Parts: sequence; structure tokens; C-alpha cells
Amino acid sequence: MALAPPQTPDVPRASGYGPGEAPKWEVYSKCTHCGLCLNSCPTYRELGVEMDSPRGRIYQMVQVAKGRVPVNESFVQHIDLCLDCRACETACPSGVEYGRLVEAARGQIQTYYQRPVFESFLRRFFLCQVVPNRFRLELIGNILRLYQRSGLERLIQTSGLLRWAPGRLANVAQLAPRMEKPFFFHRLGTIVPAVGPRKYRVAFFAGCIANLSFTSLNEATLRVLVKNGCEVVIPKAQGCCGALQVHAGFRDVARKLARQNIQVFNGPDFDAVITNAAGCGSVLKEYPQLFEDAQTAFLEPARKFSNRMQDVSEFLAAIELNREMKATPLKVTYQDPCHLGHAQRIRKAPRLLLNAIPGLELVELKESEVCCGSAGIYNIIQNEMAERLLASKMQRVDETGADTIVTANPGCMLQLRSGIARSANPARKVMHVVELLDQAYNGDHLL
Amino acid sequence: MSENKSETWRKAIAGQAAKIAGDDVVLWRAEDLMLYEYDGLSTMGKPDLVVFPSTTQHVSEIVKLANRNNLPVIARGAGTGLSGGAVVSSGGIVLGFSRMKKILEIDIENQRARVQPGVVNLDLSLAVSDFGYYYAPDPSSQKACTLGGNVAENSGGPHTLAYGVTTNHVLGLEVVLPNGEVIHTGAAYLDPPGYDLTGLFVGSEGTLGIVTEITVRLTRKPEAVKTLLAIYDRVHDATSTVASITAEGITPAALEMLDGFTLRAIEDATHAGYPRDSAAVLLIELEGLREAVEEESTQVEAVCRANCVRQIRVAQNAEERDKLWQGRKNAFGAMGRISPNYYVQDGVIPRTRLPEMLDFIGEAGARYDLRIGNIFHAGDGNLHPLIMFDARDAGQSGRVLKAASEIMMKCAEMGGSITGEHGVGIEKSELMPLIFSEQDIEMMKTIKSIFNPKDSFNPGKVFPTGKLCGELRVQISEGAARG
Repeated sequence: MALAPPQTPDVPRASGYGPGEAPKWEVYSKCTHCGLCLNSCPTYRELGVEMDSPRGRIYQMVQVAKGRVPVNESFVQHIDLCLDCRACETACPSGVEYGRLVEAARGQIQTYYQRPVFESFLRRFFLCQVVPNRFRLELIGNILRLYQRSGLERLIQTSGLLRWAPGRLANVAQLAPRMEKPFFFHRLGTIVPAVGPRKYRVAFFAGCIANLSFTSLNEATLRVLVKNGCEVVIPKAQGCCGALQVHAGFRDVARKLARQNIQVFNGPDFDAVITNAAGCGSVLKEYPQLFEDAQTAFLEPARKFSNRMQDVSEFLAAIELNREMKATPLKVTYQDPCHLGHAQRIRKAPRLLLNAIPGLELVELKESEVCCGSAGIYNIIQNEMAERLLASKMQRVDETGADTIVTANPGCMLQLRSGIARSANPARKVMHVVELLDQAYNGDHLL
Repeated sequence: MSENKSETWRKAIAGQAAKIAGDDVVLWRAEDLMLYEYDGLSTMGKPDLVVFPSTTQHVSEIVKLANRNNLPVIARGAGTGLSGGAVVSSGGIVLGFSRMKKILEIDIENQRARVQPGVVNLDLSLAVSDFGYYYAPDPSSQKACTLGGNVAENSGGPHTLAYGVTTNHVLGLEVVLPNGEVIHTGAAYLDPPGYDLTGLFVGSEGTLGIVTEITVRLTRKPEAVKTLLAIYDRVHDATSTVASITAEGITPAALEMLDGFTLRAIEDATHAGYPRDSAAVLLIELEGLREAVEEESTQVEAVCRANCVRQIRVAQNAEERDKLWQGRKNAFGAMGRISPNYYVQDGVIPRTRLPEMLDFIGEAGARYDLRIGNIFHAGDGNLHPLIMFDARDAGQSGRVLKAASEIMMKCAEMGGSITGEHGVGIEKSELMPLIFSEQDIEMMKTIKSIFNPKDSFNPGKVFPTGKLCGELRVQISEGAARG
């Protein structure tokens, strides 16, 4: 399992990383191990151990680079448990780009460390064979939809069968997103005209799994955009953003996806490329990082692409917002998606939009900057920690007395919904910022 | 540095510790212990064991277990300390308080709270904020550091000038002694009868006992706060302003100074709004009743102008004020952006001698060919020179220690101190003779021997070993280590 044999300390020796992308000295040397990141780290808050803190994880990466310890089970365990939520980047006074470090470390793990065979197969199959492939996604989506709508799902859930399922499968099963009808795929390749005079021409990034289970969110996003003078182009050949692959260390697969998206979106002249998924947006904006050390010919195109990339709330908050909204007397609270708040540093824009809705009361959520435990597919592969974080989050939500939790990322929405379903107040709703705007615009019609 | 025991031996002791505190709260594998060889200052030896207690009983039992096995015990909060107080000098058991972080009681009517030592400083202030209160001592690491660590180090912060240090805000303690006994000091009210043992334990850096519960005083938030940023073209104008403000009889809640080099690094990091082309800025905070604050503000502005200030900016709202403070509080870390390593010093001088000291630091930097930034809690003469270096260059590392030692000696010579708030720890134990006589130190050692006769609690800290003289005991290492 080990990459390098254990050696005695205090003798200079070769790095424990293999050839290729690895955590870089230029990035980790900025860490002064001051520890100001500790209390911002969800796993440190829960476990209280250095190994599962940002400072400690960086220290472990440094010790591997120094050849003091190998990439072994212990290292992998602590790097795996990281949510890559990047709250530590917000807390860090030295500007350590922790995301780069952990993603590079995961690339090393994926390339050089042998995980158990079945786990390794599942990771590769799901992340490299299913998610990036529209036809397989659609096929699985159809099967899932049948399962959910035929009553079979309810039957299994109420039968108690899942109690006999291995591990935490029962918990994970209820995280499965609801398949929507129709899928959003049919929109790909279409152009939606602006309502009224066209002020902007933007491209919409539709995502991958969102095509199956967030059709209504995507439709709401389109309605809000066109009502704000946007002509929305939805390029047909676009694909998955690669975020899940970057987080899991499949950097070559991510690069392939990035190249395709860059090609599709870089050609025509758009004022912006827009996504409603903070997790996608963050990696899309960081495409250049993928081409810094490999396939560098794509670095410039990647920069052009990322410069145009905007989160939908970022875009809407920067333009003159259409304020023809109906009163929406809801008491809401806002959970910052980590990849919006920490990775993209966008905190004001969504709040600005919510405050623009007449009659809406926004109650601040304490610790809204702490991860809810969703973190891509983290809630599936690290379900226990994800559940602990979700429990803390639900407690804070209860304190607000809000009847709707608003957030800005589909992954967070699924996680929060699963928390609500099991809470004392299952009637509470989870909505995306643009869904609320859409509601205020009276947007219940199909375009 | 440490003589670590064998893995089999550690595993056996870990088994006994697990019976006391629980299975998942004991670390004994080398790859885990490696993560406990550093704190905010430096990297030292590895402990033999790390245990995370959740009750006072656990602490007491683990201490007894350590005694039976002749192991030292070292308490650790968040490990953000800057003098090596929580690192290990010769093996032993580290008691980590990261899981003892409950706020046990908030008693607003009586303005106090009872907390476990692992509670993060800022978390306490946030918890009582809705009631209009906060916990006054605000070290720059307050978003991460623990109250237990604050008690051990008697931590200060920018608002020390008006509100005092940790000891002025601790009413009572529960302490586990080196023999495992539990005692209670102080009371929930001010000025209890008998000896002030609370005062003795606060700042004893884990050498007398391990605190397991703290009763602190809560402070009511001021009616009005005004934060000014005074911008200077010459450093000397800033330092003379500091002297003039206090000479006028004004005591701001905070009076911080940053030199040009430092403020530029901070500006790049936090965009706090410090003008990059200035030679120095003063961050002045006034608190109190609305009318009083306005009056003081007028006085302060007049003093600044008399000292050739270029411009005075007033924070217009809470957001602007937070921005200004964020810059200051993240100052140390911001150095990571401009230099792979830096060494922060902590000394005190009479504030009237700030200009002289600044010249000395500048000259020392030139002599040793090192970049030194300056950040002061100017109001109380507490200096934090920040020495930049690259630890990969062994020559530089040596020069850093020499320059830092000279600055410390200068502090002592000016009638100041070798530490204002970071503590002595391991770093400055050899500097103690600079400010205390042999008799002074002997008396402290006598008191230590009453509580800690076998030197089993945090050995190797605070007192000079006698082997070195006037040297800083820090290991400056490469990598993520700051030195």
C-alpha cells in the first residue's frame, strides 16, 4: 500500500509523492501553522484532533513531501475526511490555497495508492463512467424515476428492509435525489429569448445530475434570467463540470471534461456563462488550475473561460435587477454554500437578492458559513461525519424559526432536505435563491 | 529532543488511558503523535500519548496514570500559542482540551459565565452577544484559541489597554494538581477571602496545575464605539502621537500601530483599507457613552493633527470597523504571503521610548540583513517585531535568532519585559534572568515546587535551565514550520 518505505527521521530523503501533480511548496510554505483555521474546520469542530484540521492536514502533506511519512492508510483516511469546503481559506490570514493542496494530494492518492478493489471500482465507475456520460446518466435517471414513481421506493422504505442493509446504506438511500419529469436534457441546444429588450446574451451551464433532478430549478433560473433582459443560450455539447472528479483526484478525467466545456463556451460571444450550482461554479472558475502543470496549451483558453464564469446570484446582484416582484411574506434563513461563500467569496450577492424581495424576512443563520455536510458526494462516502454536521446545522436552523431554508447549490439542497425530512418540522422547505426570485416574479409557467 | 518510548509500551499505556477516558480519545500511533509536535510557534518533540478528556474526573485519573508511569503531563488548548507552551520538551502525555468545550452556565444577571477550558475565546463572546455582553480579552487568535490556553498564558490583546489581561477577567478556577487532586480557587464574585490562588494559576503556563473549569467575568458591550485610522507619512509622527495621547490623559480602548512594511502585507491579505503608500498607521478605538466617545474623539483627532497626521479616517459602520480590525488581527498570518517563514517577537517597553526602539529594530534589521515588520499594541508599549526569513537558508535562521535576542535585551535594558502576552514557555525561559534577579526566580521556583514538586507538569518551561544564557530556545525549521 505504501508508496515509500518508512525511514528514520532527520535524514534528508526523497518526497513520498509520485511524479506528476502534487502539493506544491509555493502553496504549502505559506502555512505558518498559526492554527487560526482550526475552529473554522467542520471536521476539527466535531473531532477536535489535529489530524483532521486544515493545519494538520497540511502538516501531513508536508511530511510526505519531505519523505518522512509515506502516502499510507492513515494519510488517506485524514485527507478523505476533509470536505474540501475551504472554510479554512476564508479563515487563513496567510492566503494558503488549501483547496489546491488537498486536491493535489487526492490526485496523488488516486494515482498511486491502492484502495480496496470494490471501492476503487465504484469510485471510477460512478465518477468517470456515469456522471460525465449523458446517455448513461439518462438511463440511470429513468430507472431511478421508475423506482421512485412506481411506489417501489416507498414500499422498501416503509418495509424496514433497509434496516438489514449493510453499513449506512439506509441513510444514504434517502439522500437519492428525486428524479424530475421531464429531464432538463431536452433544453440543451436551445436558446431562450429575453422578455422585453435584450440587454445581455448569456450562456447557461446546466450541470450533469441537475439535468435529472433539478429541472425545475434550472427552469426557474432561465425564467429569472430572461425576465432580467437576458437572452439565454444553452449550448448542446456542454457536459459535466468535473468538480466531483477534481475533488476525488481524477484530474485527467476532469481535464477532459474541462477541455470540452472550454471549447463549447469559449467560441461564441457571451456576456457571461452562468451556473446556479456553487460547487460547479467554483471548479469552473478554477479551470486554469487544471492546466498549470499539464496540457498547458489549454491554460489561456481556460483563463478566458473562467473570466466569464459567474454564479447566477453574482450576475443578478451586479446588474440592475428587475424589481417587479409580488410580496412574498416568508420568513427565510440563508445557508452559505461552501463553494460560494468560501471558494468564490460570494456572500453578499445572495443576501442582496433575498432582501430585494418585498415582504420577505431574512433571519441570519448562526454558523451559516459552516458546511452542512453535503460536499459533493461526501454525504455518501463519509456519511457518518456528514450526518453529524447536518445535525448541528438543523439545530441552528431551528433557532432561526424560519419556515424556508434558502441556499444556492443543488447538493446543499439535497442534504438540507434530508435533514428536514427527519426533523421535528418536516414542513419546512428548502429553496434556491433563484427559485424564490422566480416565485416573486410569478414564474410558475413554462417558458 | 524527546526520548520517546516504544510503540508497544505506548500502546499498553494507551489501553489504560482508554479505560479512563474512552476508546476513541487516545492517540498513540507515531503518525498521529507527529501532529502534536508543533504549536503556533515552533516544532519540538513528539508526545508519547495524547488524550482528550471530557470531564475533570478524566483529567485527574489521567494525571494519576501519568504519575504511576513517570510521565510528564502537558496541557494543550488549540495549539495557537506563540512561546511553545503546549509543545513537548521531553515526551509525556498531552492532555488536549478540544473536546471539553461546553459553556456550562451563562449568568447574565451576575455578569459571569462558567466554561470548560476548551471553549474557543470568540465562541464565548458570540454566545453572550445576544444579551449585549462579551468576553473582553481578545487575543488576535481569538477565533481559534481556547480559554484554557488564555488562562495558562494570561493572554492579552489589543483591548488590553483599557480592559486588562485575562487575569482581570477570571473569577474562579477548578484545577487538577500534579498529584491528581482537584481544588477550587476564587469564587463567583470579586475579591473572595484568603490568598488569591486564582491569580497565581493564571499565567502559570501549565506548570502548577491544569485548569478544568473557569468562571469568567462578562463585560457589557459599550453604548458607542468609534474606530479611527490615523495615517502617517513618517513613523516618528505616529509614535509621538501615541505618547501624546496618553499624556493628554486619554485612554483609548485600543491603540495599535503598524508600520508601512507590515500594513502593506496586511492590505494585500485582507484589503482592510490601510493606505499602501503610508509610513505607519494608528488604529485607535474609543468606547463608552456616546457623548464621551465623541468628546474623546475630538481630542484624539487634535492630538493626531498636532503630530502631523496625513489623514484620519473614521469607520462609518460596524462593517468598516470589522474590516480595519480584521487586518490587524490577521497581521501575523499575513506575513506568510510575503515570506516563507517569519518569527514574531513579543516584548514590552515604556511607551515613551517607542521612537528609540523603532530605530533600534531598524538598525538591527539592517545589521543582520533581515526584513523586520513592526506591529505594536502601542498604547501599552507591547511590541511585536516580525522578522522575515527563509528557513531553507540556514544562515538566515541563525541571524534571525541573534536579531531577536538583541531586541529582547534592548527591551529589558529599557526597563521593559521579554514578553507582553505570549508567555515565556520554552522560547524565553533562558531570558528570564534579564528581568528577574536570582532571588526572584528562586522564589518562583519555590512556589512551583509546592504544587509541582516532581516537575511533572509542563517541564522545561518558564524557568532557565542554566545551560544557556540569554538565548532564545526555538527550533527554526523548514517547510510549514514558521520557526
